[in-house]
Amino acid sequence: MTSGTRRTGLEKTMKTILLVSALASLLIVLLIFIFTMKEAMPAFRELGVWKMLSGTTWRPGNGEFGILAMIAGSGLVTLGAVLIGVPLALGTAIFLSEIAPGWIVKIVRPSIELLAGIPSVVYGLFGMVVLVPLVREIPAPGNAGFGLLAASIVLAVMVLPTIANISEFAIRSVPRGYREGSLALGATKWETISRVLIPAARPGIISAVVLGLGRALGETIAMIMVIGNSVVLPAALTGNPLSIFLSRARTLTGNIAVEISYATGVHESALFATGVVLFILIMLVNSSAGFLLRRGARR
Amino acid sequence: MKRNTTTMIFLAGLTLLGACGEPGDGTTAGTESSGIVEISVVGSTTVQPLAELLSEAYEAIDPNVRVTVSGGGSSVGVKSAAEHTADIGMASREIKESEIQDCPEIVIHTIARDGIAIVANPDIDVDGITMEQARGIFSGEITDWSEVGGTAGTITVAAREEGSGTRSAFEDLVMDDALITEMAILQPSNGAIRTTVATTPGCIAFLSFGYLDSSTKPMAVHGALPTAENVSTGSYPVVRPLNMVTYGEPTGAVAEWLEFITGEDGQAIVAAEGYIPI
Repeated sequence: MTSGTRRTGLEKTMKTILLVSALASLLIVLLIFIFTMKEAMPAFRELGVWKMLSGTTWRPGNGEFGILAMIAGSGLVTLGAVLIGVPLALGTAIFLSEIAPGWIVKIVRPSIELLAGIPSVVYGLFGMVVLVPLVREIPAPGNAGFGLLAASIVLAVMVLPTIANISEFAIRSVPRGYREGSLALGATKWETISRVLIPAARPGIISAVVLGLGRALGETIAMIMVIGNSVVLPAALTGNPLSIFLSRARTLTGNIAVEISYATGVHESALFATGVVLFILIMLVNSSAGFLLRRGARR
Repeated sequence: MKRNTTTMIFLAGLTLLGACGEPGDGTTAGTESSGIVEISVVGSTTVQPLAELLSEAYEAIDPNVRVTVSGGGSSVGVKSAAEHTADIGMASREIKESEIQDCPEIVIHTIARDGIAIVANPDIDVDGITMEQARGIFSGEITDWSEVGGTAGTITVAAREEGSGTRSAFEDLVMDDALITEMAILQPSNGAIRTTVATTPGCIAFLSFGYLDSSTKPMAVHGALPTAENVSTGSYPVVRPLNMVTYGEPTGAVAEWLEFITGEDGQAIVAAEGYIPI
């Protein structure tokens, strides 16, 4: 046997092994989806897909399984996290890539990465004992601190590393010539950042935000600890529409985690149905990130 | 012969009801293999720690018995006993009429009682309420402490999640047909409820007796404070049974273990853990 054929033999084996590993994750996603769907079918069949999606009352004891309140809860808390987290993350990314001297980058970047490593239950605990009492100070009838605002702040910090890291990378990847050209034309540093670098890095920044969204939708335990978990359609507490964020809510993930250990029969199936809705939402969000990235690459 | 009788009961149950009990998964005497008898116990997470202690104590007396205890909640406990997927089901509430209808063969053994206390934030200046007031507060009709004799301030209700044995016992004992308000802050454990009540001004909730401490203020109900003594004299009204459920009358090791629990030694453990002996 010559070394040449041995090498092709190794090449082939490695190729197969790598193919199998790649297919494994695809298979796992597929299996999880099929299993969740199968468990959810009795609920969809018995209660009706539309009735579940549009129902606002969730009282398993009475056979009512509407998940609209949870969809709204997940959506609003994610929106809140984006409103608070994106400016913060974008500011961090611009500072780290364009402004900060090397030694500051060396301190700040690892600490952002450290944020990503903190377990979510610790964020939840922090939210429960520090943020919730702070939010409670806002005067509004029915504001108990637990609710969308506290949850959004916790979530904003949790998605910060994802958004900041990818955005920083996107801004750094803008070709050097753009910067130099802009400065050579007499633009100030800020004009260069806001008019040239950010527009050029936009696709990367958008996909960073969308990936953060996906992470936010899936967060569970920290949300359970601070959001109040009441199954109500969030509504403004005062005349100010922003006070909707003081309302309590429940997320799709929280609904599953809070109730699964007790659920049997249709109730259990309805929780799997909640999982299917969440799965589809996250799939939509993630594939739109992929779409935006591809569109960005083509430009 | 005994097995035949059990099978007959199974078949009778099957023909009458369809879903209750499944033939061929052992008898209510536990599962025997190589001289060791295994008893499987499944259900309420409130009863679980107590059952674990009782099984340890019993295994020390009879080393040929192995009791495995696992959680899942009261509904799972009753269902497991009815379908005979476990030798014993645990439930921290009364067995529902519908559950007995689904499987009339189940036998209920009350092993202890547990009180549910109504607790408020320590800053609340109301010392006691009536059952009617409790119902009003938890259903969301009474929303201000001044309506029950305290200083004006919004009442924030906290409660356990749907499906919890403590919640369903509280609903049975206090709420009648009223529903716990949708605005309630829901927390998935007794511990989280206690923290919420202790840190939220104007907050009220219900807790198992085992979780009472100085961080929350226990409310007297009709003048009786939530103490084990007031439960045994009958003056504290919010009390639930802790039940073990078997499919048919238990025999063999299962019967002996249940006898141990309801006997003197078992009840001493019950009392030592802060529950009320039967």
